Amino acid sequence: MTTKVQLEIFEGPLDLLLHLIKKSEVSITDIPIALITEQYLATLELMQGLNLDVAGEFLVMAATLIHIKSRMLLPPGDEEEDEEEGGDPREELMRRLLEYQRFKEAAQELESRDILKRDVFVRSPELPEETESVAFEEVSLFDLLSALRRVLERFPKEDVHEVTVEKISLREKMQGLLDELHKKGKALFQSFFETAASRMEVVVTFLAMLELVRLRAIRVAQEERVGPIMLELAAPLEEAQGRMSSEKIEGEEYGA
Amino acid sequence: MERDRLKSVLESLLFVADGPVSVGRLAEVLEGTDKAEIASVLGELQSEYETAGRGFRLVEIAGGYQMRTPKEHADWIKRFYQGRPARMSRATLETLAIVAYKQPVTRAEIEAIRGVDVDGVLSTLLERRLVRIVARKDIPGRPYLYGTTSEFLETFNLKDLTHLPTLKEMEEITLQQTGDAEQPQESGEEG
Repeated sequence: MTTKVQLEIFEGPLDLLLHLIKKSEVSITDIPIALITEQYLATLELMQGLNLDVAGEFLVMAATLIHIKSRMLLPPGDEEEDEEEGGDPREELMRRLLEYQRFKEAAQELESRDILKRDVFVRSPELPEETESVAFEEVSLFDLLSALRRVLERFPKEDVHEVTVEKISLREKMQGLLDELHKKGKALFQSFFETAASRMEVVVTFLAMLELVRLRAIRVAQEERVGPIMLELAAPLEEAQGRMSSEKIEGEEYGA
Repeated sequence: MERDRLKSVLESLLFVADGPVSVGRLAEVLEGTDKAEIASVLGELQSEYETAGRGFRLVEIAGGYQMRTPKEHADWIKRFYQGRPARMSRATLETLAIVAYKQPVTRAEIEAIRGVDVDGVLSTLLERRLVRIVARKDIPGRPYLYGTTSEFLETFNLKDLTHLPTLKEMEEITLQQTGDAEQPQESGEEG
């Protein structure tokens, strides 16, 4: 029995690439393809190791990257193919990234406008709507995965999938997270891993977080672009607990 | 109608209106008053509210005029309603941005840009009436074409679509990559 965390509400392969490009401080127009491919595949592996439901699009992109990388290794001058695929094998990818980046910026522009029922109001409107959105508006899944990687570094290398004797219930972990957040109000992402005894426990804690985000019970946010990642309740405790218990969580026991 | 009286009547109409009101609609109600005069009185109201620092402003939205609170008061109003701010997820905003700038646009075209399935996000946007189906594209399969709504303009404080912030140009470097051997096709005049 395993838990699949659905990722459809999260980002796609282009977001991951932009995230890696930004983190490595390289340019979209001159991507060090070997380095980025390596990091991309490592992230995919981490996601799969966590048993996150990696969408097919991620795998298609992985294949594309590997293809580009292999073409970069070919000696230049294969005229026919060059003409067909337009010189630099990275060009098509670069074009897609730039195009996507453009709309990401446009989305930020929209977000910064005076939004009705957030910044400006009209007379006798219906009550401002409840936050319908999922968290992750500020922190991306990939930021979280990078943070998780740092936590995992403290533990001896072993397969994430390794069978452990101890059984940790995902639901219990989720309950624990809610209680802790209710007590503290707001807490650092890292603080939830301080008492973890094993890699498995770290992973279960992380999955519990993702599951709670999906249920809109908690919110993950970053006050500044590169600041520490914070967690908080996205709904009053009882409501959050209600959402949890009404939801069927696949494979409650993890690590068995 | 005397100008002061006209101003006062217009103020009443805008006060009771439940959405942006166009100058055309106001002219219909105020038979015999021409649109240019209405527009100029509305302009006066706008600047009066602004300079007097009133708790509401007159804003041009979605092809009409509407009274709205100034942004600086948002925190008080939210406290009054005890509501949490309405937020949109990144995926929602990105999809909306693509629809806004590329409309009319098909789902496949949106997905080509975002690199992921947008089915769920698109239905959320349709449900919230920020996006609507405007037509079908005349290609095999006749897919739906999506566009933004007047609710979209109202939500994002836009007078009309031409007031969308200009989309940043793709960096020219993409063109430079093709080298000096080929000129981009579009620049026919220069070639």
